Amino acid sequence: MTSVFGIPVAVILGQLMLGLVNGSFYAMLSLGLAVIFGLMGVVNFAHGAFYTLGAFAALLALQLFGINYWVALIVAPLAVGALGMAVERLLLRRVYGLDPLYGLLLTFGLALICEGSLNQVFGATGQSYPVPPALAGGFNLGFMFLPLYRAWVIAVSVVVCFSTWYVIERTRLGATLRAARENTPLLQSFGVNVPLLMAATFGGGVALAALAGVLASPIVLVNSYMGSSLVIVVFAVVVIGGMGSILGSIVGGLALGVIEGFTKVLYPEASNVVVFLIMALVLILRPAGLFGRD
Amino acid sequence: MAEEVLRIAGLHAYYGESHVLHGVDCHVERGEVVTLLGRNGAGRTTTMKALLGLVGSRSGSVRIHGSETIGLPPHRIAALGVGYCPEERGIYASLSTEENLMLPPAVAAGGMPVEEIYAMFPNLRERRASRGTNLSGGEQQMLALARILRTGARLLLLDEISEGLAPVIVQALGRTIGRLRAHGYTIVMSEQNFRFAAPLADRFYIMERGRMVAQFAAGELPDRMPLLRQYLGV
Ligand SMILES: Nc1ncnc2c1ncn2[C@@H]1O[C@H](COP(=O)(O)OP(=O)(O)OP(=O)(O)O)[C@@H](O)[C@H]1O
Ligand SMILES: [Mg+2]
Repeated sequence: MTSVFGIPVAVILGQLMLGLVNGSFYAMLSLGLAVIFGLMGVVNFAHGAFYTLGAFAALLALQLFGINYWVALIVAPLAVGALGMAVERLLLRRVYGLDPLYGLLLTFGLALICEGSLNQVFGATGQSYPVPPALAGGFNLGFMFLPLYRAWVIAVSVVVCFSTWYVIERTRLGATLRAARENTPLLQSFGVNVPLLMAATFGGGVALAALAGVLASPIVLVNSYMGSSLVIVVFAVVVIGGMGSILGSIVGGLALGVIEGFTKVLYPEASNVVVFLIMALVLILRPAGLFGRD
Repeated sequence: MAEEVLRIAGLHAYYGESHVLHGVDCHVERGEVVTLLGRNGAGRTTTMKALLGLVGSRSGSVRIHGSETIGLPPHRIAALGVGYCPEERGIYASLSTEENLMLPPAVAAGGMPVEEIYAMFPNLRERRASRGTNLSGGEQQMLALARILRTGARLLLLDEISEGLAPVIVQALGRTIGRLRAHGYTIVMSEQNFRFAAPLADRFYIMERGRMVAQFAAGELPDRMPLLRQYLGV
């Protein structure tokens, strides 16, 4: 068997694959955080909770109503996104213009309430969600086995992330969002319903988190704390990519997943901290983040 | 037969704690060009912002085409056909020239078609892919004007559009305003540059410390020069 530095190539490729899968989740979650932070200046600590809610929505839809994966992939993000819009309208809008700390505390509180409630109702043990039959199995590529579902996760994430990038950077709607970041009152004086735009943006960012949650449900155990462990790494990704940078969160998310994967092969002990080491380095050398504007 | 486009009565405006407008009264008829004159800090910009709902809080009455707008959010006020060209132009740096132009949603039918806008301001077509703030000052001012012409707004609020521009650009701007007036737009301008405003306006208001202290028609201008000297030092 071929190997590099005494490590079989199949192992390296396998970890690369896992790294890309993790990176897919980092990218989707940090993208939502970046969009929300960019427009509203809110650091959404509840982002992980919305990811968890997405996974639970898919699980419950299946268990209670027999709603299959494909429908859940659309419906769960819509439902969680609608919930996010309600949160924005009822709570979050009250902290705009205040110290960002208030938004952070509010969303952190929401995350605790959400996780605690889920834990109360469903207990701490995770539940598994079946891989949809059409995506079960995989290909033998000769040098490694490629599980179909993991390839699907990467593909969906890349398509969703770059579509979001396209919408924001290249369309009329995106121009409106960019304008809202830059000078909100003027945009409103042109007749744009900015409060609605804010609610829709928060709903959209949260729906991305929920979509990631649905995608994750067949490969992780669905439990109330699945989001909180992931979101810590995601915040590091956001800092590395540059707060509020769209491209930074996509590229940073995927790249850090891969780096983490390689670290698992080369020096497994460091794999849990490598992202944070990179974050510290970036903060020292380029505090605005790799893609951020100072 | 005059039709009232704008009537402001007893308008007070505040930025947080500071009380800036102290009961502004003024009115504008359809097709008029009205200029607000006043020293720095007199409250002309605040008057425009207040009638758009962009100040911290406001009270009094602002009627646009007869309907009361004091309780409306800014986006509903724009929808009544108001176009705003803010002080310092308000061109978005994160948008291209064309994106800046296309940004404001249409508020009424009959907006100027993009082709006509490009015919009127050929530089904007040439530079449509450039970042908005990479345009020259004059081009940025043309863009700020063009983007509200596109929306179908017929009441234009133009805040210090001649400020900081070369004389030849100011002249071109004057011709543009003249053309808009001929097309029946209703225009409210705030101007420091009296020589720019004088030949364009049908009527003048003078502001001082958050109030309108005088108003007169263009024809009365020669008689009012002592008053202008007193308030503005022109
Ligand atoms: N955002 C703000 N917060 C607090 N006070 C303000 C604010 N903007 C303006 N003011 C104050 O309101 C008063 C009126 O200002 P405004 O900008 O309306 O004047 P202006 O007539 O447009 O003059 P100019 O444009 O020449 O400065 C000034 O005393 C100014 O200091
Ligand atoms: Mg002013």
